[in-house]
Order: sequence, then C-alpha cells, then structure tokens
Amino acid sequence: MSGAATAAAAAPGARIKPRMGRDDWIMRGAMVAIGLFLVLGVLLPLYTMMSKSLEDSDGAFVGLANYVEYFSTPALFYSIYNSLWISVLSTVIVLVTAFIYGYALTRTCMPFKGFFRMVTLVPLLTPSLLGGISLVYWFGNQGVAKELLLGESIYGPIGIVIGSSYWVFPHALMIVITALAVTDARLYEAAEALRASKVRTFFTVTLPGAKYGLISAAFVIFTLVFTDFGVPKVIGGSYNMLATDIYKQVIGQQNFQMGAVVSVVLLIPAVLAFAVDRLVQRKQVALLSARAVPLVPTPEPVRDWSMFAFCSVVAAIIICMLGMAQYAALVTFWPYNLELSLNNYNFDVMDGGGWEAYFNSIRMSLYTAAAGTLIIFFGAYLMEKGRGFQGGRTAFHMAAIVPLAVPGMVLGLSYIFFFNSPHNPLNGIYGTMLILVLVTVVHFYTVSHLTAVTALKQMDAEFESVSASLKAPFYRTFLRVTVPVCMPAILDISMYLFLNAMTTVSAVVFLYSSDTTLASVAVLNMDDAGDIAPAAAMAMMIAYTCAGARLLHALLTRGLARTTQAWRRR
Amino acid sequence: MPMDGTAAAPAYLRITDVTKMFGDFTALKDVSLEVNEGEFVCFLGPSGCGKTTLLRAIAGLDIQTAGKVEQAGADISALPPAERDFGIVFQSYALFPNMTVRRNVAYGLENTKMAKADIEKRVTELLELVGLPDQGDKYPAQLSGGQQQRVALARALAMSPGLLLLDEPLSALDAKVRVHLRAEIKDLQQRIGVTTIMVTHDQEEALTMADRIVVMNQGVIEQVGTPQDIYGRPATAFVADFIGTMNFVPGSVIADGRVSVGGTELTVDTEGRAPGTVVTVAIRPEDVAVHDADMSSENAFEVTVQHMEFLGSFYRAEIGSGAFADHVVQADFSVNLVRRNDLKVGGTTRVSFPPAFIRLFTGDVR
Repeated sequence: MSGAATAAAAAPGARIKPRMGRDDWIMRGAMVAIGLFLVLGVLLPLYTMMSKSLEDSDGAFVGLANYVEYFSTPALFYSIYNSLWISVLSTVIVLVTAFIYGYALTRTCMPFKGFFRMVTLVPLLTPSLLGGISLVYWFGNQGVAKELLLGESIYGPIGIVIGSSYWVFPHALMIVITALAVTDARLYEAAEALRASKVRTFFTVTLPGAKYGLISAAFVIFTLVFTDFGVPKVIGGSYNMLATDIYKQVIGQQNFQMGAVVSVVLLIPAVLAFAVDRLVQRKQVALLSARAVPLVPTPEPVRDWSMFAFCSVVAAIIICMLGMAQYAALVTFWPYNLELSLNNYNFDVMDGGGWEAYFNSIRMSLYTAAAGTLIIFFGAYLMEKGRGFQGGRTAFHMAAIVPLAVPGMVLGLSYIFFFNSPHNPLNGIYGTMLILVLVTVVHFYTVSHLTAVTALKQMDAEFESVSASLKAPFYRTFLRVTVPVCMPAILDISMYLFLNAMTTVSAVVFLYSSDTTLASVAVLNMDDAGDIAPAAAMAMMIAYTCAGARLLHALLTRGLARTTQAWRRR
Repeated sequence: MPMDGTAAAPAYLRITDVTKMFGDFTALKDVSLEVNEGEFVCFLGPSGCGKTTLLRAIAGLDIQTAGKVEQAGADISALPPAERDFGIVFQSYALFPNMTVRRNVAYGLENTKMAKADIEKRVTELLELVGLPDQGDKYPAQLSGGQQQRVALARALAMSPGLLLLDEPLSALDAKVRVHLRAEIKDLQQRIGVTTIMVTHDQEEALTMADRIVVMNQGVIEQVGTPQDIYGRPATAFVADFIGTMNFVPGSVIADGRVSVGGTELTVDTEGRAPGTVVTVAIRPEDVAVHDADMSSENAFEVTVQHMEFLGSFYRAEIGSGAFADHVVQADFSVNLVRRNDLKVGGTTRVSFPPAFIRLFTGDVR
C-alpha cells in the first residue's frame, strides 16, 4: 500500500496527540536520565578518546598522523598480529575443550557431573591475573614443572594461551551448555527410527543444533582473550599484545595519544566480533521451539567413562592452577624455604596498597552491586514496560548494548581523557571511589541489562495496564509486584556485578588513586614489583571473598524461594 | 463519574471516526459506534479484525491515530489510561502472582483514601459477588483458571468503574468452565448494571452473552445488532459466513420477488434490485425444510442426498440435483426426521427454501 493512500484514509478526523499522564512523565524522565547516564558513561568518553587519537600531545588536530606513526613502528603494529594469533589459538583450544566438556555434562551419564560443573566456576572467582601467577610457579624460571616445556619459556605466547584459556573457559562453557541443553529429544528419536548411526546423528543433529551456540561462544572467547590485559601483563614477558601496549604507552611512557591510537585499533575488532555475534544470536532465538521435549541421556559405559577421563583432566588443570596459587601464597620464601606461613598475607609491609586495597575493593564492589543493580534494573523496566515513546526506548536499548563491545582498557583510558579534562564539570570525581564505581557499572552494564530484560519479558505484559486501570501509580506496581517477582534475577545481577567488580583490572587500572587502590590492582602492582607470592596471596583473598559472596547468594536465593516466593508453589 | 441522564438517552460511550495505524498498516478504519448505559456489547470477529485494537483505544492503552472517544459526555480521546474510568480483565488474568487474592482485589482500593476496614469490607463483598468467598487468602497460582478469572473480574469491579472491558476473558479456559462462566458473567453484569464491552472471536460466546454484537472485519464494522439480528438477518456476506453456517448459491434477479438459481426460480424478497442483477442466494442449513412428497409449497424441489455426516443430534447432509445445477447445498436434518423419512445417501427427497429465511447479497460474493 502506498503512503499517500494510507494518509488519505486517515485524513478525516484530526490526529490525536495522546496526553501524557503523570506516570508517563516520570517514566520518560527517569529513562532519559538513565540514558544520559549511559551517554556520559560510555559515548562521550569514547568520543573524547577517539578525538584524542587525532591530536598531538598539545591538543592540536593532526589528522591521522598518530596512526601513520603507529603503523610505521613495527614494535607497535606487530602487536596486532600477536593479539590476533593468540586469540585465534585460544579460541580453538577453548572451544573444543568446552564443547567436549559441555557435551559430557549435558548429553552423557558421566558420574560426578555436579562436581565437574562446580569446578568450572572457579576461574570466575579470581582475577585473570591469578592464572598467570600460577603458571609462573608451575613453569617459570623456578617453576616445579619447568622441564615439561622442553626448554621453551612460559613467559610469552605459551603462557598467555594457557593462562587465557584457563580464565575464559567457564564463559565459553556456559554458552555451550545452554546451546546443548536446548534440544528436542524427538529429533534423536526420529534419527534412531531412520536408523542413522551415532556418528551420523552427531553430525546431522547434535552439531547443527548447537551451531549458533558454538559460534557465539567462539566470538566471546575471541573477544575476551583479544582484549584481556591481566594474563599477558603477568606472563607475557616481552611478547607484546594490544591491551598491554595501551598500558605501556599510557602508564610507562605517558604517551596518551599513542594509547588512544592503540585503543581504537583494539576497539575495531572487538566491535566487529560483537556485531557479528549479535546477528548470530538473533537467529538462534528463532530456532527454539516451545514444545521441545527435553532429551534425557541414557548410559553408555564406554562414552561415559572416556568423558569422565577427559573432564577429570580439565578439572585437574583448573584445580592445579588455583591450588598452586594458594600454595605459593602460603610458602614462606619460594623456592628456598617451603615452610608454610601467613607472611605473604602481611600486605601492609609491601607496596601495592596493603590491606586497605582489599577493603577498598570490597567497598567498591558493594557500591557497584547496589547502585548498578538499582540503575540497570530500573532502566530495563522503564524500557520494557513503558507506554509509547518507541523511539526513545529503542535508543535506550541500543545505548545499553554498547558497553559490551568496549574493552575495559579502552573504557578506562577514555575515562582519563573525558573526566580528567579541566573543562569537564564532572572533573571532581576523577581519582575518587565514585569514578571506579561508575566505570565498573558501565563496563558490566550490558549483561546485567539483558538479564533484567529477560526476567521482565517473562512477566505478564498486562500488569501495567491493569494497574493503570486501577489508578495505581507505576512505581507502586514496580515496587510491589515487579521487584518481588523478579527478585531472583535481581540477586543474579547484583552477584554478577559484585564478582566482576572484585576481579576486574582492565578499566580501573587507569583510574585508581593512592586513596582508592583496589585488591586486583594490588595483585598487578605487587607482581610488577616482583612480590609474586604476596600477589598470589592477594589474588587468593579475592577468590575467598568471591566464593563467600557466591555462597551467600546461593543461600539467599534458596531462602527467598522458601519465603517471599511462596506463591510459586501450588 | 456523574451521569447526565437529561438528554434523550444519550449514548454512554460514543466512538466517532476512530482510525488506528500501525506504521503503514491500518488496523481500524473510521470506526463509529455508540454504546448505551448498562448495555453488554461484544466485539466479534476473526483474529486481526481490529476488535482488540478498538478495545485498547477505548481503554487508552493504545490510543487511536485519529477520531474521538467520548465516555459519559466527556471527550477522553487523548487521556492516558489512568485518567479514564474503566476496569479491565485480560485473557491472561494478569493477577499479581505474589499477592493473595484479597490483596489483588484490594490493589486499586488501597490507592484511594478509603479506610482500611472499609477496604476489607468491600473486598469481602466483591469476593462474594464472584462466588469465591473463602478463597481470599490463597495465591493466584493455587486457583484454577476459572477461579483466577473471577478474581480478575472482582479486581476490575472493585473501583466501581463506569465501563467494564473484557479482552477475550474466557479464551484460556476449558470448554465446560467457559460455558459456566459466561452465564455467570452475564448474570453478574445484569445485576450490577455496568456498561460492558467484551472482545471475543467465539460467536457462541457473543450470541449468548451480548445485548448487541459488533461484527468486525479488516478494521471496519460490518454490522451492529442484537444476536437475533446478526444471525437471522446478516447485513453482509461476511457476517453471514462468519456466524453460523451459510450456503451461498449464485443467481440473478428475474423480476421483482423472483430469482433464478441454476435454472430454478425462487420466490424471495429482492429488495428492489433491478432484473438482471447478479446476486448470491444465502440460506442456513437448518432453514432448509424437508417435506413429504405430496406436499407442495413455495421454493420446493426434488433433491438427491449426496453425503451425510453424523453430528450427534443431527445430520449435516449435502444435497444437490438438477434444481440448482452443480451447486451443492448443506442442510441439517434431525435424527428424528432422517428416521421418519428414511433418508440415506443416494436417496431423493423434497425440500424447500422458505422465502422468509433466504438472504440475498448483491454480486457473486463467494
């Protein structure tokens, strides 16, 4: 139908301009406010960073001169190749491992599945630095299993690939398990009825079914490794990667312009990977059928026990990584005095921030979890449940998705440029706890936002209509219905924010001040200063705290299910 | 809201030239309608006909692109839902799952200046009204679908709204519960006298419950009338086809009161159509009368039974003959009649199309 014809059809009666009620004003106002928070927290800093990459150190516009310099300095641009190579290699290793591990957990009758699942959560509780530190003790110059490398050095690509694979493994595994869990048993029954062999069934049913999940996992692994700073910093030696280059340019050489150039170079593949992944994920949703019959695996001793052997090896590696960090933290003076003591936990006698850094981290993580959950959930609610204002809501959703594409190092450096500028009225928050909380909330905004949106989508779409007809203001329904019903998701979001705030290094490493040193930054600095054992001890402090928080979260969720969610039971 | 019953029975709800566009798609096209106070009106039509869109425009949930909505004499066209006077029940019930039945019903009242004791009294009253006096302390998930829908109804009526809107309220329920509840809702509506609009795609529901039915199709109103009107005197071929079963046979007007169908002449009110006009003759299967062979009456002819389908209390037969060329017509024969006249496939019988039950539509509308 042509636009002119429809316009003519609507021509009689004047166009109605809906009058906005009090609720509409408040909701739109609040959503615009949170939208501005995102503009201020992501878009403007990114813009400032990009324009800095086109300026010289005095702030004069020099066009692409910095880029020309970058690409004519082999020491710099060779990092692109290094970063790509390491990321691709890690992606292949992790994807294959995660797929087999995930397959064992979802599709076999392997014993001790619960244990194997729990072990994989371990790397999530520690900063990515911990893997690097552990590798130093295993394979470093004074490492216990140094000979296994046959003379190769752990400081370099080998170390980076092992360390990266260790900490991204759980992220990939979660996606693979989700992809393998949503299958339709009837497909397998059909394949069996058609007398397809097990191998043929695997290649024609299992793999295609998990295809989008695997692609998505590959992009996640690639992006995480590509943008990670912690592992190459600790174990990379003189092997340059993009993320460590930014750090070296900015902290080492105070060359902010070149830092900005490297950031842009790092940002482009990250954004590309992110965009492709979003496209792929959209397809996967369409594949799911609501009427699928869940697949229940049947015992097959040969397969089950070989899977058990494989998973045992993977689990052993994870435990060895954590175990060595713990052992190193307790050893008095490696490798000469192996007596156990708590000397390395005496952080106050070492550089790096001391115990204050640890308590700062806890404070920062609590603030991030509290403020972040509040802002993110409320923002998602306004976007999802508001009436009208379609353009504004779509723009908000897009703004909320952007942070996922921005690597932490890039975000941190952008904040220096944006908030440290004397022209910025918000300049005062630079060097305070507030900017650390702000950058962390923004850094982890997207995943939390999507969790909230998923939970909100599961609620009846007409709650808001009903409460409007009952003349109840929207915030009353939000507090009395939406929040209680979504409480499990809200707890998940706050947990996610807390764990990430405890373990993150990349964004905050540029933004802490002497009063606001954080535990994860202390790990980095102590390692830098050669105090590797105390660094391990501090990394373990973070691990204990995260494990404790997780436990508390599990107890809370269970308690909640028993009391406030009583209505879920019939 | 105060009613000014001074004018000669003004419509309680008046919808004038309402149009609703979703992008380039026209969901409602210049819809006009009046609903009287205390009336029970059903919007009936196939999915996508615009009935829910119209309901949501009346509620202010999705305000129309153009056109006017007036309630109790006031123009509410642009008002947000919270400033309108209605209660609403959805197919999904939309009960707050974390609140007991009593808290659900009291939800709107708690927002007013009403005293706590009065609220509790009113809630008890409402739960009695919908027949759930002792379910107040349960959570919605502990109730059956039918019970949940009654709670939703009580909640919608709690604020004594001037207008009750029901959006497919029975569609999610089992067939038996549905039949039971529709009688109850109708009864309740008559007792409290609230003006009610119900959206449904189920013609039986509309026929049994409504004072007046608004049949909609593709964004326009096809016909407004009582259930008897709509069923017996469908204004358009769409209405005739959508409600009940209807035979359509092409023909043409020969003279005033005479129509030719495949060579057979029928007596029928041609409503002033000129001779030669192409028409479609419509008659419902249950209106086809069977006669004993010796009896003669208007529009009677010999037919062959070509097919019979047993439907419990009656047979639906397909009859045809030279009488109307190769057109097959469905006719309903009671079990009793089939037995008495020994009707069977391949046999012949005499039927008639009583003129009073024949509808004519201009053109070939099949």
